[in-house]
Amino acid sequence: MAVTHASPPRAETQPAGDGRERRRADRPRGRALGTAGFHTGAVLLSALWLLPVALVLVTATRSFDDIASNGLGALPHSFTLDGFAQAWTDGGQARALLNSIIVTVPGVLLSLWLASMAAFALSRYNLPLRRTLLLLMLGGNLLPPQILLIPVSKLTEMLGLYDSLYAVIGVQVGFGVGFYVFVLHGFMRSIPQEIQQAAVIDGAGPWTIYTRIVMPLAKPALAALCALSFTWIFNDLLWSITVLRTGSKMPITASLIGLQGQYVSDWNVIAAGSVIAAAPTVIVFLRFQRHFVAGLNLGAVK
Amino acid sequence: MAVLTAPTRRRRATRVPPVVLAFVLLPLLAEGFFVFWPAIQGFYLSLTDWNGVSAPTFVGLANYREMFGDGVFGKAFLDTVLWLVLFGGLSIVLGLGAALLLQQERRGIGFYRAALFLPVVFSLVATALVWQAMYQPDGLINQALRGLGLGSWAHPWLADQSTALYAVIVPALWREIGYVMVLYLAGLKGIDPMLYEAAKVDGASRAQQFRYVTLPQLSSVNAVVISVIVIDSLRSFDVVWALTRGGPYHSSELLSTYMYSTAFQSLRLGYGSALAVVIFILAFGVIVSYLVRAFREAD
Repeated sequence: MAVTHASPPRAETQPAGDGRERRRADRPRGRALGTAGFHTGAVLLSALWLLPVALVLVTATRSFDDIASNGLGALPHSFTLDGFAQAWTDGGQARALLNSIIVTVPGVLLSLWLASMAAFALSRYNLPLRRTLLLLMLGGNLLPPQILLIPVSKLTEMLGLYDSLYAVIGVQVGFGVGFYVFVLHGFMRSIPQEIQQAAVIDGAGPWTIYTRIVMPLAKPALAALCALSFTWIFNDLLWSITVLRTGSKMPITASLIGLQGQYVSDWNVIAAGSVIAAAPTVIVFLRFQRHFVAGLNLGAVK
Repeated sequence: MAVLTAPTRRRRATRVPPVVLAFVLLPLLAEGFFVFWPAIQGFYLSLTDWNGVSAPTFVGLANYREMFGDGVFGKAFLDTVLWLVLFGGLSIVLGLGAALLLQQERRGIGFYRAALFLPVVFSLVATALVWQAMYQPDGLINQALRGLGLGSWAHPWLADQSTALYAVIVPALWREIGYVMVLYLAGLKGIDPMLYEAAKVDGASRAQQFRYVTLPQLSSVNAVVISVIVIDSLRSFDVVWALTRGGPYHSSELLSTYMYSTAFQSLRLGYGSALAVVIFILAFGVIVSYLVRAFREAD
């Protein structure tokens, strides 16, 4: 819904919308047919896209007996929340969700805090080698994680962090920070130099300029990156299974793999587990849709 | 502007407060510790034979030589290229198609866009499980085929070597198209409407407008999308791991899954590192071109 908010001011100037809006009063029948055709196509496409989502919701609320006797692809003959209860308690999803939150919240805050400091310094001060540093940090984020997996797992072992959630937080921060620095640098660069100079004349030091001036002005970019990095860290599988071993320590995405192994053909439990795992990011998306879409574009328009 | 500010810049360079240096060094250390240092180790380990317990022994390029005789590596390499072409190509084409269809602001458009975008926020594992249920012998896809009288097409999609890889690409596409669409929607919005007006005055048809206005105007977005997609494709792991673990009989094996199972299941850490280096080499060109663009942008 709010996706449209990313653009409404320019809606009328859209190439095709232009003529159509103006002539709505005496719109010829061809246009009406065109509109009907568009909506038919778009509705079918949306339905196709939402079908798997609807199916998982239906499957999650069926009983095991219903699925076993009528088949997985049949229409539902039952309604129960047993699947959720089983995934939540026996499947360990309650614990896994908590693990995910323990990892995600500090991971997002810490990486954005560190990244905003570096972006502030690189964009507002003429540091030596600043372009090189910026690209070095971005480059680190573009590396395929595969090259890091073995050394990182050995590194966390050496530090005694292996199989602890701290290791996941550390990796997520270290690996993500380069990208956030790059995006925030682009944003902070556009803040007028005069504002900073005025603050300097008033005797403000770098810390004051950072906390009182640049950070408040960078809020839109920070909000966008917050929404984005929340889903990235929350949805991660690879880092978790690389530095964690104990099942009860796995965050929700990795625990879904465990659930898949534990409840091989209990599709209602597996579907319920998927719904539980997807719900937090869907909530973030629906609540912060505008930031979310803005974040994707911030990251991409380079 | 560069000329005007040059003198003040030089003066400012001499008085960067120390706390500002700390602002950069702290994040740099975090990344150095978890990314740069491990990456260097990764390259070195690819030249060793290591089981993770005893000390790694240096073997030179033996791991890379071994790849030439390794049938699974060959399969994983080809599958990765196929993945790049099919997953990458289709998500660009279909994502652009969706963006063109849904570019115009009109009633209900927000809903359609949100519907296509929704899967982007699901984790790839959750996505995989949803589709795994649909692919089951008695799942929705086979039931629908039987319902349409195409029962002979019904199939254990994930368990059949000839269809497993394609069956894994579809969920990955389902999740990627909305993302690519959002990138192209932003690109399309950035095109000056005057260009279309001018094209119309010159009598350009819709197809000609697309060919001579839209596509050239999207070239910078295209470059971004291609980089993002190539990097994403080479990283793809979750969806394959959750659906097939690369099987059956390595029929859906990608370099990323083969690397993971070699390193963490067979505990051949040296060979696994060498596989990771191959993934890096495949991504290298795109990473460099991305950085070059970023370099130009960073004034």
